[in-house]
Amino acid sequence: MGVGIEVRGLKAWYGKNESLHGIDMSVPANHVTAVIGPSGCGKSTFVRCLNRMHETIPEAYAEGSVKVGEMDVYGGGSDPVEVRRRIGMVFQKPNPFPTMSIFDNVAAGLKLNGFRNRKQIAELVERSLKLAALWEEVKDSLHKKSGASLSGGQQQRLCIARALAVEPEVLLMDEPASALDPISTSKIEELIFQLKQHYTVVIVTHNMQQAARVAELTGFFLMGNLIEYDKTEKIFTTPADKRTEDYVTGRFG
Amino acid sequence: MRSRFQQGLDDLKERLLRMGGLAEQAIDRATEAYRTRDSKFCQMVLAGETAINDAEREIDELALDLLAMQQPMAVDLRFILAVLKINADLERVGDQAVNIAQRVLDLISEPEIPLPVDIPRMADGVSTMVQRALESFLDGKAEVAEAVLQMDSIVDRMKDEAFVVLVQKMHDDPACTRQALDVLLIARSLERIADHATNIAEDVIFWVRGADVRHGGAHYRE
Repeated sequence: MGVGIEVRGLKAWYGKNESLHGIDMSVPANHVTAVIGPSGCGKSTFVRCLNRMHETIPEAYAEGSVKVGEMDVYGGGSDPVEVRRRIGMVFQKPNPFPTMSIFDNVAAGLKLNGFRNRKQIAELVERSLKLAALWEEVKDSLHKKSGASLSGGQQQRLCIARALAVEPEVLLMDEPASALDPISTSKIEELIFQLKQHYTVVIVTHNMQQAARVAELTGFFLMGNLIEYDKTEKIFTTPADKRTEDYVTGRFG
Repeated sequence: MRSRFQQGLDDLKERLLRMGGLAEQAIDRATEAYRTRDSKFCQMVLAGETAINDAEREIDELALDLLAMQQPMAVDLRFILAVLKINADLERVGDQAVNIAQRVLDLISEPEIPLPVDIPRMADGVSTMVQRALESFLDGKAEVAEAVLQMDSIVDRMKDEAFVVLVQKMHDDPACTRQALDVLLIARSLERIADHATNIAEDVIFWVRGADVRHGGAHYRE
């Protein structure tokens, strides 16, 4: 099951540039929450801070409090590898391991996390591919085909399966469908909707219609601040803040 | 430079206001027909109905195109929804003007008799409501729309009073039943037009403030 995320006073820097200025946000468990905003507003930085991916960039660091369920992400002693296992991430461009088979792509995370039992690995790979709605399309070529031989939409679902294999509680998605055609996009969106039964999903998107279609809650970021955070239908029909309204109506950004 | 979308919204607004002008004209002509007992004005109302119906269709099409092609959000989405609803109300205003014109034609064919109902005064009130409702739409002024809502009860009262005196008149003087019935139906059509003006005002408030004030409350989305 998914867990809630409590963010308090989250600040992030790239060297001397402060790019997030103290974000407070409560993300409920087993919901899809969308993060929207113009380029450079800090939305990707924000989600990358949730699983400590931000600090993998040289000179980038963050401070504040992020609690994912009971886990204190920035608390002393938290292990970034364990954080990233519990908070999976899917990126804009599908990035399967190109030479590995479909099976090995999904199993890679499991092996990294110390799984050795082949039967258990096979079960988890099948479960993950089913959750990612890819199983039926690839079950006969799991070992024959490479990840790179799949279509863009299939590759992205493969990456989702890979993220799900290690049984995370939260799934972060940074523009997961922006490089896909409309049919693949709609499959990913349908999948996101299904996934919230098991996971808490946070999705960064430039596509406001996509946020409106998949997310129950939406946060609008602007210049490193969370301007408005509310039910998605409220954000897209009657936002409270003029800046949100100007953005969602395309008057800037 | 205006975006194509903004041009579409401006076009929609302009067309709706033009249609509103036609609906206002229909009310004024129907009222003039009653005042002067001149069938020429009735014919003008009947002939003008097609233009209102055509305008309704064109506005619906344009609004549908904007929804499908531009996927508007927030204030723009509320604006287009308001336009679609106001469009339907204005078309019904046109229908009611036609109903009045038909009743006036019937009245003209009967001997003129004095009836204790001031239809022109009621029509002036109703016409003002439609005018103010369209003005609130033109300028996006919710406070003007609120004033329209206040006027509805006055028209309702006028219609109720007309019903009482006309029913009494029919009872007292059955020979004038036909004329009294025509005037009663005209009063009812005017009251319906006032209801449409009220709907238009409510839609303007929804567009501007995002508040649903229908059915006597101010409901904001939570």
